[in-house]
Amino acid sequence: MEFFLQLLINGLSVGLLYGLSALGFVMIFKSSSVLNFAHGQLLAIGAFFFLVLVSWLQLPVALAFLVTLAGSFVLGFTVERIFLRPLIGEPLIFVIMLTVGLSSMFKGLLLFFFGGNLQTYPDFLPASLGMQFGGITIAPVYVASSLMGVTFLVLFGLFFKYSPQGIFMRSVADNQTAALSLGVHVKKVFALSWAIAALVASMSGIVLGVINGINVHEISSIGLKVFPVVILGGLDSIGGAIIGGIIIGLLETFTSGYLSPSLRDVIPYIVLVAILLVKPYGLFGLVEIERV
Amino acid sequence: MRAPRFHPCGNYKEVYARELALFETDFGRLWAFVGIAALFCVVPFVSPPYLLYVVNTTGIAAIAALGLNILVGFTGQISLGHGAFFGVGAYAGAVLATTCGLPFLVAVPGAGIVAALTGMVFGIPSGRLKGLYLTIATLAGQFIIEYLLVHWEAVTKGTMGIMLPGASLFGLEINTDLRFFFVIFASLTALTLMASNLMRTRYGRAFIAIRDNDRAAEGMGIPIFFYKLLSFAVSSFYAGFAGGLWAYYMRSISTEPFTLGLSVEYLAMVIIGGLGSIPGSIFGAVFITGLNESLRFATDALMNFPGLSGYGLNMASLREFAFGLAIVLFILIEPKGLAELWRIVRSSFRLWPFSY
Repeated sequence: MEFFLQLLINGLSVGLLYGLSALGFVMIFKSSSVLNFAHGQLLAIGAFFFLVLVSWLQLPVALAFLVTLAGSFVLGFTVERIFLRPLIGEPLIFVIMLTVGLSSMFKGLLLFFFGGNLQTYPDFLPASLGMQFGGITIAPVYVASSLMGVTFLVLFGLFFKYSPQGIFMRSVADNQTAALSLGVHVKKVFALSWAIAALVASMSGIVLGVINGINVHEISSIGLKVFPVVILGGLDSIGGAIIGGIIIGLLETFTSGYLSPSLRDVIPYIVLVAILLVKPYGLFGLVEIERV
Repeated sequence: MRAPRFHPCGNYKEVYARELALFETDFGRLWAFVGIAALFCVVPFVSPPYLLYVVNTTGIAAIAALGLNILVGFTGQISLGHGAFFGVGAYAGAVLATTCGLPFLVAVPGAGIVAALTGMVFGIPSGRLKGLYLTIATLAGQFIIEYLLVHWEAVTKGTMGIMLPGASLFGLEINTDLRFFFVIFASLTALTLMASNLMRTRYGRAFIAIRDNDRAAEGMGIPIFFYKLLSFAVSSFYAGFAGGLWAYYMRSISTEPFTLGLSVEYLAMVIIGGLGSIPGSIFGAVFITGLNESLRFATDALMNFPGLSGYGLNMASLREFAFGLAIVLFILIEPKGLAELWRIVRSSFRLWPFSY
């Protein structure tokens, strides 16, 4: 029972991280239908930017955090402006391969500047954030990340429901042509969604860095974990991303705990194929109906 | 004897047979034969050993890229699992050669067939999925196959890898780069011809119809699931064939090379070479292998240069950057790839010196 509970807690916290990492990915998909293979690198860029500010420039944590957010906002905006905008209306394969190309460009640059070694942040989270239930302890980082996950879920929910920009984004996601004809500035929506996605990604990157340490390869590979997570939740559902993340996280920890640790990395993909075959648009995704 | 055909100054085709002809002009046919003859009679005898090795790996990559182009460029189904199918072919070739003791002549096509069956299994999701969702399903296929290659130890010997016996064809030992050159490029020529002929049949036209508009294709009575599976099978056959050749050429295989990175590399070849273009696949393979090799060369040169070895070490990471940059630039500047550039160069020489 103890073992089960520990696995449950581990799974929940890992899953929350996956969900958090998937948020930015879903943002981009929701407004511009772009499958972003460079998402892992966006996470890594945020984490390393924060590292530079905190450890090398010795800025206070709060200031560094804000600067990272602002920087990644600008980065997302620039990436969309330079690379993605010329591809509006182009076939899917070009968009996919462009993000694949971007991911290897970013990865090459990160490796060039920071190398492939593991780096860590100085410890800055207060220990009082940690919690204890009976024999099970929850580390402060996990509490912080859960708080962040929930906060952002609520914020995004409100943003999409009530703010004009959020409504524009939803309209573009729903029907690009109709939105365009009703006067929505579609390009601005794309730029904004990339900027917000990069912002969220860098934040998730920082959380990942605090928990596992920062390593280009490790964080980039999380970018691929995002796929089963979002497919499970539905590619265009923000709440689904969090739930999908938690399901995948639980699945991984229980598989490695009870079956075999080596199955851990492949089980999300097996589930992914099964889900795609049974419910192609995910558990919470929008069903597209086509008739011949 | 009819008069030889040259490039006309416009489109003067009067019968469908000429539209479908393998070579548009007699001149084109002549050049193709001259090119093939030059490839077989000159290249292997003038290249130094290392270059010959690079040429051979390029040939193998070209076979796999050709297969991927049938799936992505002609049928419009994006696959991120091609590297894994290549791996399945390599392992199938190795297992057929060692455990089953089959000869080279049977093992390599056998590897292609095993890969084709695997490709069909992972192509099943294409019945219900398309576009992004299918891409993600093939991504999952890539990871599942990678896992199986490492952990199905009874067959693949896990991380130990497999050593292959030497290849021999009609009693002749194929043990040097030079001999492999002839085997690889004869296969490449035959498979290229097969691919171009496939695109002239009803199967090829069905593939193209599905790419252009799958719903309209279904409305026209094309059973799209059957043709999508067929396309997956043909494409994986090419990958598996290339994998089998590669396993024999390397003499020993392990699970490391067949990652998502390899799949992405093949996709890059197809994009940079030109989607839906058979010569384009070969151009792309040459470009990507050439890029890899020249960057490796530059890295090595810098490493051995005293005082610059630190930069050389960093160059290794820039290889990834250059690869990504090549993809991005091609997509933004010339999305139709090298095949389109080649066409532009050719058409500017058409009617030379009186072109307009």
